[in-house]
Amino acid sequence: MRENLHRFFRAARGAGVRLSPAESIDAMRAVSKVGFADRTILRDTFLLTLAKTQDEKKALGDCFDLFFDQPEPQSPLEDGKADEQEPSGSNAASDSPGDSSGGDEQADGLGQLAQMLLAQDRNQISAAIANAASAASLSDIRYFTQRGIFSGRVLDQMGIERLRDDLDNLAATNPALAERLTNALDGLRGTVRETVSQALMLYGREEAENLRNEILRNAPLSRIEPRQVEQMRNLIRQIARRLRERYSKPRKRQRRGHLDVRRTIRRNAAWGGVPFLTAWKRRHRDRPKIVALCDVSGSVARVSDFFLLLIHSLHEVVDDVRSFAFSGHLIEVSDILESKSPEEAMAEIMSKVGFGSSDYGNSFDDFEHGWMSSITPQTTVIVLGDARSNNLDPRADILRRIAERSKRVVWLNPEGRMAWGWGDSEMPRYSTFCTVVRQCATAKQLERAVSDIVASYQ
Amino acid sequence: MAENRPSASIEAVESGLAAQGYIASRQIATAVYLAQQIEKPILVEGPAGVGKTELAKAIAAWRGMKMIRLQCYEGLDEAKALYEWKYAKQLLYTQILKDKLGEVLGGAPTLEAALNQLHDFGDVFFSKEFVEPRPLLQALEQPAGCVLLIDEIDKSDAEFESLLLEILSDFQVTIPELGTVVAVAAPTVILTSNSERDLGDALKRRCLHLHIGFPEQKLEERIVESRVPGISQTLRKQMVSFIHEVRTLDLKKLPSVSETIDWARVLVLLQAPELGHEVVKDTLNVLLKYEADIEATMPQVSSFIAKTSRQNVFG
Repeated sequence: MRENLHRFFRAARGAGVRLSPAESIDAMRAVSKVGFADRTILRDTFLLTLAKTQDEKKALGDCFDLFFDQPEPQSPLEDGKADEQEPSGSNAASDSPGDSSGGDEQADGLGQLAQMLLAQDRNQISAAIANAASAASLSDIRYFTQRGIFSGRVLDQMGIERLRDDLDNLAATNPALAERLTNALDGLRGTVRETVSQALMLYGREEAENLRNEILRNAPLSRIEPRQVEQMRNLIRQIARRLRERYSKPRKRQRRGHLDVRRTIRRNAAWGGVPFLTAWKRRHRDRPKIVALCDVSGSVARVSDFFLLLIHSLHEVVDDVRSFAFSGHLIEVSDILESKSPEEAMAEIMSKVGFGSSDYGNSFDDFEHGWMSSITPQTTVIVLGDARSNNLDPRADILRRIAERSKRVVWLNPEGRMAWGWGDSEMPRYSTFCTVVRQCATAKQLERAVSDIVASYQ
Repeated sequence: MAENRPSASIEAVESGLAAQGYIASRQIATAVYLAQQIEKPILVEGPAGVGKTELAKAIAAWRGMKMIRLQCYEGLDEAKALYEWKYAKQLLYTQILKDKLGEVLGGAPTLEAALNQLHDFGDVFFSKEFVEPRPLLQALEQPAGCVLLIDEIDKSDAEFESLLLEILSDFQVTIPELGTVVAVAAPTVILTSNSERDLGDALKRRCLHLHIGFPEQKLEERIVESRVPGISQTLRKQMVSFIHEVRTLDLKKLPSVSETIDWARVLVLLQAPELGHEVVKDTLNVLLKYEADIEATMPQVSSFIAKTSRQNVFG
């Protein structure tokens, strides 16, 4: 059973529950106290010891059900008890026809697997499948393409070669028995296939998830398909959690700067200038203040969506964020984003300012008249957009004034560097006033950009 | 015997808590049983008012142990939670013992000899007598064991969590001047959290994690029955299913078990025979704590009442 528990822990990790060795030891100790008799108690025990959040509890619960659910149409709990009571009876029943009917006497010459299948002893078969599965190291399965290979290996381990020989022999001598055996073999194949699929769901999930996330991280945000949006949101949330963990802890040591000679001398005047007490300069650390201006027109809209989601998920790190959205004109969207779910908020923002052709000049003008005072020398201004202003006046002079007031201006452009300055792109004109200009088309680049901005305040 | 039949002992926990008026779900009972068996703290999370703190009280009452409560808040530190030196007493004693010290050291010819003599007396002023034990240290010193309730841990600072780690994993505290204090009998530790902030992984790892949500209808009826015995069965059924309907709405603060119990008391006081439109409208402020929530619920009241009475007929 210990082996099974270890496999279960691996499956749980695959399901997204973060398990440390210490937790698995705790779980083992707990299990040794409650035993395996009652499945619901066992389930509760795992939920208590292993899962540490609501989401993890749900994932682990599903994983538990999958893991302890055998592909056979029987639930281990009731049948296990029922079988304990009647093994003698069923054995006697299966023995007696073997003795009386002449047809089954030939079964003695058959291989183990064939006998097992003919006896129809489900417990024995499932035990044999489980043994064969562990012998074929089924828990190493990672990708769905491996299903065929592993099914073959499991069947090999069970001795299908011998069964085929038996079938060939029987086809000549006892066609009726051969037919029964063929049917049973089909059933067995189905069961093995199910076992393998189940193992894939249990053990292959982690790998599949990693692969998918890796692809998603590098996919251009503006061109992902609608069905992937939800996955992308999850990925962005993961990124936000990672950034929070990295930057939310205040680092005290970093704040201590040089020795403050003047204050040290003054403080120690009483001892004739002998420095008993030292005074240190404290490196000043600004609290991150961010003003984000996001283009929500056309293809940039989706990137803005994810960017706003990310920046507003960073509460612990940056509590002072003001977001603005624009295409033709500009509005403040901080309250909408704070009070609603990401989907609703984005829908509302789009209905207010979205779907227009972008006019950077006019939007900057709106900003200067409405909210210029929100920019202080500690503020980082982030502009997210492709700088394609439909040949209207770009009003780069406003961006210059913004840059003068703020700590710095970061421009994130979803387009590749090659496209900057081509057509109606005003990027070269804007970029003179920006502290940093970078491409930001994928989740990976987004994470880098936001991480760098937050890190500059540490 | 109890070791062999865990399910029986879990039932024993359930009935033990029930005797104290705490109706526990199976999962809660399992958590309490396991916490005792493998000596681990329980971290209880869930919305406000579902009986997280009550659980600790019920366990203490059931086992007949003392309950020590540490209420967490922002800025809580070692001196308030763990121990503090009694500075005033130390000062007072040095003043009183001044003469005595003079006598003891009187014979010493040199300063060095006096110092050595003083060393022989050991750290008299940094001994157990001068330590003011705060809740955490108190809990370790209870000879018969106790229930230590660390309430609303999410309200404290992140640094305070690290302070708890030693106690939670080994049931011991290290005081630099005295050495390590190990628990006489391992206390049953319950931590509660309203998930205001995410707790650190190190803390979570050391605990059994129990989430108490809103109870199912049957369970909640039993809770009301045990807490407000005077209420009639029909009214109880109606009001609990009414509350379950309210919880499906999108409200600022959903009514939890404590509100259910309060409401049941109010209904008994008003001697309401059954859930009527007027009674509900008059007492909705017991159930909902925000004006906006009451406004959102008001138009639904009649349909909810109709639904609950229908359920009553068929169920």
